[in-house]
Amino acid sequence: MARRFTGIGLRTAEVGLALLFAAVAALAIADALDIGAGWSEDGPRSGYFPFWIGLILLAASLWQLVGALGIPRRLGFATREELGRVASVLVPAALQVAAMPFVGLYVSSALLITWFMTRLGSFAIPVAAATGVAVAIVAFVVFEIWFLVALPKGPIEQWLGY
Amino acid sequence: MDQFGLLLGGFAVALDPWNLALMVIGIVLGVVIGVLPGLGGANGVAILLPLTFSLSPVSAIILLSCIYWGALFGGAITSILFNIPGEPWSVATTFDGYPMAQQGRAAEALTAAFTSSFVGAFVAIVMITFVAPLVAGFALRFGPPEFFAVMFLAFASFIGMGTGSPLKTLMATMAGFLLACVGLDSVTGTLRLTFGTTELIRGFDFLVAVIGLFGIGEILTSIEEGLAFRGANARIDLSVVRRTWAELPRHWALSLRSSLIGCWMGVTPAGATPASFMSYGVARRLAKPGEVPFGKGRIEGVIAPETAAHAAGTSALLPMLALGVPGSPTAAVLLGGLMMWGLQPGPMLFVEQADFVWGLIASMYLGNIVGLVLVLVAVPWFAAILRVPFAVIAALILVICSIGAYTVNNAWFDVVVMLCFGVLGYAMKKLDYPLAPLVLALVLGNRTEQAFRQSMLSSQGDLGVFWSNWLVGSIMTVGLMLLFWPVISRVRGAISVQLARREG
Amino acid sequence: MRIAATAAFALALGLAAPAAVAQASWEPTRPVQFIVPAGTGGGADQMARVIQGIVSKHNLMRQPIVVVNKAGGAGAEAFLETKAARGNPHILLITLSNLFTTPLATGIPFRWTDLTPVAMLALDEFILWVNAEAPYTTVPAFLDAARANRLRIGGTGSRQEDQIIAAAITKATGVNFTYIPYQGGGAVAVALVGKHVEATVNNPIEAVTHWRAGALRPLCVFDGRRLPVTEKMTETQAWSDISTCAESGLDVEYLMLRGIFMAPGVSQAQVAYYIGLLERVRATPEWQELMRQGAFNTTTLTGEEFKAWLTREEERHRTLMTEAGFVASR
Repeated sequence: MARRFTGIGLRTAEVGLALLFAAVAALAIADALDIGAGWSEDGPRSGYFPFWIGLILLAASLWQLVGALGIPRRLGFATREELGRVASVLVPAALQVAAMPFVGLYVSSALLITWFMTRLGSFAIPVAAATGVAVAIVAFVVFEIWFLVALPKGPIEQWLGY
Repeated sequence: MDQFGLLLGGFAVALDPWNLALMVIGIVLGVVIGVLPGLGGANGVAILLPLTFSLSPVSAIILLSCIYWGALFGGAITSILFNIPGEPWSVATTFDGYPMAQQGRAAEALTAAFTSSFVGAFVAIVMITFVAPLVAGFALRFGPPEFFAVMFLAFASFIGMGTGSPLKTLMATMAGFLLACVGLDSVTGTLRLTFGTTELIRGFDFLVAVIGLFGIGEILTSIEEGLAFRGANARIDLSVVRRTWAELPRHWALSLRSSLIGCWMGVTPAGATPASFMSYGVARRLAKPGEVPFGKGRIEGVIAPETAAHAAGTSALLPMLALGVPGSPTAAVLLGGLMMWGLQPGPMLFVEQADFVWGLIASMYLGNIVGLVLVLVAVPWFAAILRVPFAVIAALILVICSIGAYTVNNAWFDVVVMLCFGVLGYAMKKLDYPLAPLVLALVLGNRTEQAFRQSMLSSQGDLGVFWSNWLVGSIMTVGLMLLFWPVISRVRGAISVQLARREG
Repeated sequence: MRIAATAAFALALGLAAPAAVAQASWEPTRPVQFIVPAGTGGGADQMARVIQGIVSKHNLMRQPIVVVNKAGGAGAEAFLETKAARGNPHILLITLSNLFTTPLATGIPFRWTDLTPVAMLALDEFILWVNAEAPYTTVPAFLDAARANRLRIGGTGSRQEDQIIAAAITKATGVNFTYIPYQGGGAVAVALVGKHVEATVNNPIEAVTHWRAGALRPLCVFDGRRLPVTEKMTETQAWSDISTCAESGLDVEYLMLRGIFMAPGVSQAQVAYYIGLLERVRATPEWQELMRQGAFNTTTLTGEEFKAWLTREEERHRTLMTEAGFVASR
């Protein structure tokens, strides 16, 4: 890899998304055939609609794919800087979701808010941390205590008796 | 005027200071519930139901129905400000509401949304007051074929909405239909497209998909363009309300039409979601070309869906009271509440519990007025939320989105799905795939298929059932006409050109 | 010193007394999740919310009850999740017949033995309803009409209790029906009022208001004995006036479980606590009212008897569903 990564081209993105839709359609068709895609005496069977919808989607995706292959390589989808900014939101959000089963929603949310405010908003760490904790506590009071909605909780909440 | 006397009696009950106080509490709670995507109206009402046992049935139902009104009002707020519809019927509001907010017209959009909601609800209540028994009889005529026809009409009125590539529109629609198929097939009880996993049994919930596609997708697009939400310079004073109000009477025909669509959908009971889409689609079809196209921040695009959704949400209470069939999930929980107080909803309720029914109807009038005043006063504050720095608000939205996705089914897997939809939404948006058809297909796909197959079962596979009586036949015909509208208008244009040539 | 000791002794007695009454050494320490394997507004959901209301109104438990609906996959999701919550004493599950039907119809890896049975709260009755304007007023007349012209029976969901009853009628009489699934019991009753189907097997509570308004007519009840409520519901009829189906020459019996289960691996003391709690719930006037309104069969069972009942019912459902071809093939 001598060439420096400069971003994703429009052609790559269009082809990728068309392939994704085609794959989903193929899966649907396979499953529909498995459960019966015909028209029985009292109307369509379970797989009837998924089968035909899948077939239309597959055809449309392949058509789209052929068209996308003709897109000139020089057109860009997103530059490296743009993708970096997207990742700066997406990666922490993904980490928060990944951490949720272990530390619970409240702790992971407080950490996410703190990280965002310090890294993207250049707030001082104490301010950011205080905001994160405050939001988590407000959310806890609103959901767990007022509305009795049980959200994922981790060891800290367990220790507090919830 | 027997009804009028009973209604006055109802006002006497509802105007009791204690009941008025409960209305204010209910509306405020409802708005809070409507704003948090994790707590829908149904959720809020369900949670608070046990707390109402210490109240009299009339007071309790006033509190609960005001939560319902509040939630209906509140659903529009996140749709307009952040492109996150908290309820299925707020999706159509985002199409023009969010662009308006981006142009710095958030307060104007909010005012229009709230006022339209009020108008829609008001028309529906008037209808409930005076023609309730008649309308209940009409609702009984709606069987599966009629229901399918209505769904078909909703799709037909929405066709050709996207301005982008027809191929991409087709792909998005079909993907939406496929997503709607995942899970248990309610007609035969077999599992579809689950591939043996237990996580997919529950299918893709609309809210999870929409929070991801619209909410997370929007954050990703915004951050790619720089660290800010547009529209932060929204003016925040109450004069916006006055100025918007001066504008609104011009759209009276639109409001009336949307109200009627809403009432019809609410009673049948197809519900508020198809009502809002249908109303938006029809408004777009019939609108005069203006300087701003639909989907780019046109005020009619906010008025139409909001009016219809509220009219439908309100009139959905009628089949619940008169027939015992809830027209929405919230109405279903209210129904449970009625039964707990020993009130059996259904045809006998109007006869045996007239006090209760008219107290409730009177509280609908008052509750909506109280609600309108409360939310309008708060418009500047809502609009001011956009001034919070992006780093704070984006993190908050991410947290609220994950709470919202989690609470739909109490499942962590749904939060993961939401994030995936977020990435998909970002990619689709950048590549000009329209999101609206996907969401429409996802929301209505399952119910449409079910109604179609129920019809096929009862007619033993005969498609003629869709033209078997004047009601279903005329809805289907209107649907087909809407579907082929572009063709029809072209043909008509060609004919009139021909005629003109012949005459000339 | 002595006074203090006496006071302490009295205090200890005072504290010990309620515990002795409840006969349980365990008590919930966190909010109890009450899982409903069905959507909001249905029969199981209503019952769960009534219990939630009764417990909070009469202060029967220190911790609150939180009702959680998990309707996905006809309840499959709720069952699998409760099964996975091994040893968690803060989860209750209210079940309906989908405890048996869903695993059989979908093939998910679950049986009722994966849970801890707590108590049977009641059994829900089923009644054969027709439109009041229909020409047939007796079961034989109805069956004759169905022989002459294929009739439609509406019901809740697919391959669940309503469709099983429809299949059982076919098996008992040889008359074929077209079964049309709807989303909920209320919608089914209204479809019958609107004449979109010719008959339903609604629970009493789902159809009572239309009966009283003169829109529906009950033909028979799918129970071995008549309903106990003798109070007049319409001008002329009480629940107890409806004949049993067996009396009318239709030998089909079906009752639906409304039972409470816990996650697997919980202790005896924890089960005993909830049995005691449910006993106190059943003693309240609100519960009695619900039972009366819905004309429930108030049989209650716990422990080994309950388990024996569950074993029998599971076998019966397996037979009924296999015969009707409702069991998942893969």
